Amino acid sequence: MNDIQAHRCDVLIIGGGMAAAWAAIAAAKTGAITIMVDKGYVGTSGVTATGGPNHWWVPPDPGKRREVIERKLAAGLGLGDPEWMERVIDTTWRTLPELAPYYPFGSDGKGGRYYSGVRGAEYMRALRAYALAAGARILDHHPATQLLVNGDGAVRGARGHARLIRRDWEIQAGAVIMATGGCAFRSGLLGSHGNTGDGYLMAVEAGAELSGMEFSIQYSVSPAWASTRTLPYGAARYYDVDGEEIVQPPRGHAHFQALGAALLTGPVYADLIDAPSALPPVLHDIQPFTPPPFVRKGVDLFKERWPIKLFGEGTIRGNGGLRIRDGNCRTNVPGLFAAGDAATRELATGAISGGGAVNSAWALTSGQIAGAAAAKEALAGRRRTMEQLRSAASAAIHPVAAERPVDRKAIEADIDHHMNGYQHALWRSERQLTDSLKVLEAHWRAIRDHGRAEGLSLVSLRETAAMTATARWCTAAALSRRESRGIHVRIDAPELDAGSGARLLTGGLDMIWTRPEQQRYAEAAA
Amino acid sequence: MITHIFEDLCDNCNDCVAICPSHVLDAGEGAPVIARLDQCQTCYMCELYCVSDAIYVGPDAHAAEIIDPEAIRLSGHLGRIRHDHGWDRPDAPGHLDHYRLLGPLLQEGIETAESRYQTLKTDGL
Repeated sequence: MNDIQAHRCDVLIIGGGMAAAWAAIAAAKTGAITIMVDKGYVGTSGVTATGGPNHWWVPPDPGKRREVIERKLAAGLGLGDPEWMERVIDTTWRTLPELAPYYPFGSDGKGGRYYSGVRGAEYMRALRAYALAAGARILDHHPATQLLVNGDGAVRGARGHARLIRRDWEIQAGAVIMATGGCAFRSGLLGSHGNTGDGYLMAVEAGAELSGMEFSIQYSVSPAWASTRTLPYGAARYYDVDGEEIVQPPRGHAHFQALGAALLTGPVYADLIDAPSALPPVLHDIQPFTPPPFVRKGVDLFKERWPIKLFGEGTIRGNGGLRIRDGNCRTNVPGLFAAGDAATRELATGAISGGGAVNSAWALTSGQIAGAAAAKEALAGRRRTMEQLRSAASAAIHPVAAERPVDRKAIEADIDHHMNGYQHALWRSERQLTDSLKVLEAHWRAIRDHGRAEGLSLVSLRETAAMTATARWCTAAALSRRESRGIHVRIDAPELDAGSGARLLTGGLDMIWTRPEQQRYAEAAA
Repeated sequence: MITHIFEDLCDNCNDCVAICPSHVLDAGEGAPVIARLDQCQTCYMCELYCVSDAIYVGPDAHAAEIIDPEAIRLSGHLGRIRHDHGWDRPDAPGHLDHYRLLGPLLQEGIETAESRYQTLKTDGL
């Protein structure tokens, strides 16, 4: 192992999307030696780069903000946190305009600049430039495979593989921020190929807890042949294979169920004859990635009918993720912080989807908070003596039984079926969730017992392991929450149960546990 | 999925190898090589970052396509995504001036669908 690439730093950020970049900026600004490692390229990786995130945007008018927060709190069905909402709104408002030297904010149509919505590719290009200017070091194509912990179990670094140069790397750090994004179980959702839940797995192996994993059912409509952004489809009409219009509410679980039920029996078609008349001339200018999948297929998206598919969004537009233990984005594992979709977004949005705007504001804010807090902690601990570190990971590295090939493709197909398959995700019930869990358990055991790989193959096998683990946590949490609340809908428990108003925690590897959160961090601190 | 790299247009800068988020490409002797097509998510980022407009991504995310490169060359697709983004002129004035319309247009579509649904429901369809 003498050709291992080794580094030391104060703050290590794992991930390369907007939360990771905002964290790197905040950490580097304090003077902390900051390294960002991303599986792909910081600028194109993840779901922000191909998207166009709006941000929760409320001017600093105390009355107005209070009103917005009260509304959001009610919509979140008891799981949101008003103090976090206030911080998210305020941090976003103050911070986003800092990007002006790197991002060409357009006109707001009233003589000012339009800040709240940004186009993904330019946004991520700007965040990369800003992070570099702040002094962060970026290591692209450096997927992390495992966390390093000291004798006390505190996270002090990570290991992975530099895939363009085919060398393993090891980075020791004073603090680590997990910003690896959510997981859509490789549904094909645009930009989500790398979002395989790696950070959830690495963190849970180190002892972290997850929260809100039952809030993991969301879909977006796209043409059947490719996932796109969804701007044009708001007014879409849908038709079954016989050309009969499918009457369905345009949003929410019933919308997905109506389309899902039709898709389970045959192709479903959409047309955009009701689309806003101002849209066709400007679509290519607003979302230049959206027309090519149609134009290149020879389909006129505004005039013809075309087949659709619902692409699963998992915990990307869902809410679940690493439990945040305090106001500095600490997880319950010392030395480990979480930001963006890798963390639970219940604090900002409760039981409903944060959609684009709240989730983006959360990513920015949690990145900024985690970056500054991790830097402070790392700088304070700089004079710590050299520690013996060990890997916290085991799956796909140390099989517990005889090494045997693992059929990754078959496992991933099953995960897609059980997590994104309409018949499972849109009609959750005790029986169906129990059946899914059995299948997923068997796959976890196969990887755990027999999987072993190195280098590039280890990166892939760990992705499969992470998706399997994430699917199990989502399913176990959905099984435990015996009610319907927000985006978690059970057909065998369709009502909200007033006694189930606590956040639901989950974790564990071979034995998965769930329990209601007894004490929120604010109460714990008091 | 990424379908073709026009070798005569490619300047062998390998930027696409570096920026591909899912490690589809390897540096080659000349033009980059499509080494792991199964990892391509059809995100078009390689087209966006290709200063030579030498890359064509097919529209189907699930299957590789067979294309006639000469027809693609004449189709107007090459470089279109980069041009529409204004990627090579980030500081040009007015570049993102329509972007503020995204939210209102999205909202208008949803409201149209909502009122149509209310009408259809009342009509008992």
